[in-house]
Amino acid sequence: MSQDSTNAIDVRQAVKRYGDFTALKTISLSIHDNEFFTLLGPSGCGKTTLLRMIGGFEDVTEGEIFLYGQEIESLPPNKRPVNTVFQNYALFPHMNVLDNVSFGLEMLGKSKPEARQRAGEILELVQLSDFAARKPAQLSGGQQQRVALARALAPQPKVLLLDEPLSALDLKLRKAMQLELKHLQRETGITFIFVTHDQDEALTMSDRIAVMSAGELQQLGDARDIYEKPANRFVADFIGETNLIDVTIKSQDGQRALCEFPNGLTLTCDARAGLEDGQTGHMSIRPERMKLHAAQVNPENFTGRVVENVYAGTHVQSILHLKDDMKLTVRTQNSDLGNSMVFEPGTEVFVDVERGAARLMAH
Amino acid sequence: MATRKFDVRSYPGFLAITVLCLTILYVPLMVVAVYSFNASASIVVWEGFSLRWYGDVFVGPESTKFKVAARNSFVIAIIAASVSTTIATLAATAMIRGGTFRYRTLSFGLISLPLMVPEIVTAVATLIFFNSIGFERGILTILLAHIAFCIPFAYLPIAARMQGIEDTYEQAARDLHATKRQAFTKILLPLMMPGIISGFLLAFIISLDDFIITNFVKGAGVETLPTAIFGAVKQGIKPNIMAISTMLLAFSIVMVTISYFVSKSGENNKP
Ligand SMILES: Nc1ncnc2c1ncn2[C@@H]1O[C@H](COP(=O)(O)OP(=O)(O)OP(=O)(O)O)[C@@H](O)[C@H]1O
Ligand SMILES: [Mg+2]
Repeated sequence: MSQDSTNAIDVRQAVKRYGDFTALKTISLSIHDNEFFTLLGPSGCGKTTLLRMIGGFEDVTEGEIFLYGQEIESLPPNKRPVNTVFQNYALFPHMNVLDNVSFGLEMLGKSKPEARQRAGEILELVQLSDFAARKPAQLSGGQQQRVALARALAPQPKVLLLDEPLSALDLKLRKAMQLELKHLQRETGITFIFVTHDQDEALTMSDRIAVMSAGELQQLGDARDIYEKPANRFVADFIGETNLIDVTIKSQDGQRALCEFPNGLTLTCDARAGLEDGQTGHMSIRPERMKLHAAQVNPENFTGRVVENVYAGTHVQSILHLKDDMKLTVRTQNSDLGNSMVFEPGTEVFVDVERGAARLMAH
Repeated sequence: MATRKFDVRSYPGFLAITVLCLTILYVPLMVVAVYSFNASASIVVWEGFSLRWYGDVFVGPESTKFKVAARNSFVIAIIAASVSTTIATLAATAMIRGGTFRYRTLSFGLISLPLMVPEIVTAVATLIFFNSIGFERGILTILLAHIAFCIPFAYLPIAARMQGIEDTYEQAARDLHATKRQAFTKILLPLMMPGIISGFLLAFIISLDDFIITNFVKGAGVETLPTAIFGAVKQGIKPNIMAISTMLLAFSIVMVTISYFVSKSGENNKP
């Protein structure tokens, strides 16, 4: 069977079962060459399992995995041109930093001096040259993380697997490392497959994101697609903050659909294939895509009452009650202009939904 | 300051029992150690400090007997400890890294059971075994018996150490292009080393001071240090026995101290 050899990884109908339990349910996806690809999903959704199947640490129950067109199921982990940054780093505690980093090169048959020289260069790349002689236990969490990264990069893999490498770091360090990782990926040209359950991290770092849930692929796309055009209720809810509303389709003309909320309010939005008149679907409206006004600006505006304002630095989060106490969250950017659009609790206001902001989904 | 409610030190009689236990444990050892330096041939009357009996051990009338016995003991202990430690290391690797296989609990039981079997039973059984297969008793039978009964002693510290080593280290090694064998020799083995050294030292000491089994399976005329001491004591306790005992005691203390520091230094490399 011929495969597209320009893809770094092709996962074809892969299934993973542990006894009776199905951890991955028929996953198919392609990861492009030189891409920063992220697997994103809640805990237990099977991200690590998929990564370990690519790394060679779990066998594939059904289906196939190709690496640059080559089927890899029969290759043991040491024969795959793939290296891993483990979730807990797994630095060898009895070796110093330099020996940790040169280990992979030595195992590939490089002479000791050559391996060490190359390891030294990689350590320079991650700014750890001064720590070469230390043992892993004598490093901070962030430094250990960088050693793990250097160690996995040293053998120059075709694909680098990173399993939540930043989850143990504090926020500031994590932000710095996000940039550093992204930078390293560009510089080395290696395909990165990055696992995280942090959606901010996924959005800021990735070329493309695969959103997973309960062993299934929910959506694959770039950050903008996933945030602005969620494929289903799960993705809309998991990525960012949103208002999720169960709606009934009243009528549609092919382009636009008229949707009714449980409390009888209606809103038109882009129609979605697979939804007939009278059927129910889900609507997602991001809080920052609505504005509050003292007077009506559009015939489709809802009226509502401000219940609470929460100041959050860059923005103010307003909780509103629409008809029948239906809750709605609206976010107003903090600025001179924005501040005039924040109203005291108790005020009756008009809510204006930006055109294109309401996203209709069948599931 | 309020006393802690469950501090054992507040139990009545705690101090008295502690002192009693320590006395029973250590006073006989101290008497032996002190009287080994006695200038007199008596084992109860102190007549001043002397190294006479230590000299007697090395050049006295019984010295050849003791030298041969000591050489036998050390040769047997070194070989038995090495072989049993190797077997125990491989067994621990299979038991702990072999995944869950059937009879795993049974296997563990079989390895550790000999620790609980009365030694005299093992001794009789081993003797019957050697007789039934027609093995002539001698230094080789002692060695085989020692290898067998040292395995569980070597196994315990090795398995304990290994249990604390996560398998992600070997996975990381495999990921970094090491073969299974390289992952074992370059990663797992060094990480297990403190456990292996403890296991070796324990097996060594156990072999060195074994009396019951050795006495059963040794051939006529073959002696180890414990059987030689026992033989000498039958003719009455002379202070040279105390000198040998004190040297053995000092040797054991050194070994235990090494074992302690090895496992302590292992803490730094603890995963
Ligand atoms: N060896 C195993 N045997 C049985 N079930 C397993 C095994 N490994 C993983 N699982 C199950 O497979 C599912 C997916 O696990 P996985 O580790 O891939 O999740 P994850 O997405 O990486 O989660 P996290 O974000 O918490 O790391 C979980 O429900 C887990 O319990
Ligand atoms: Mg995981």
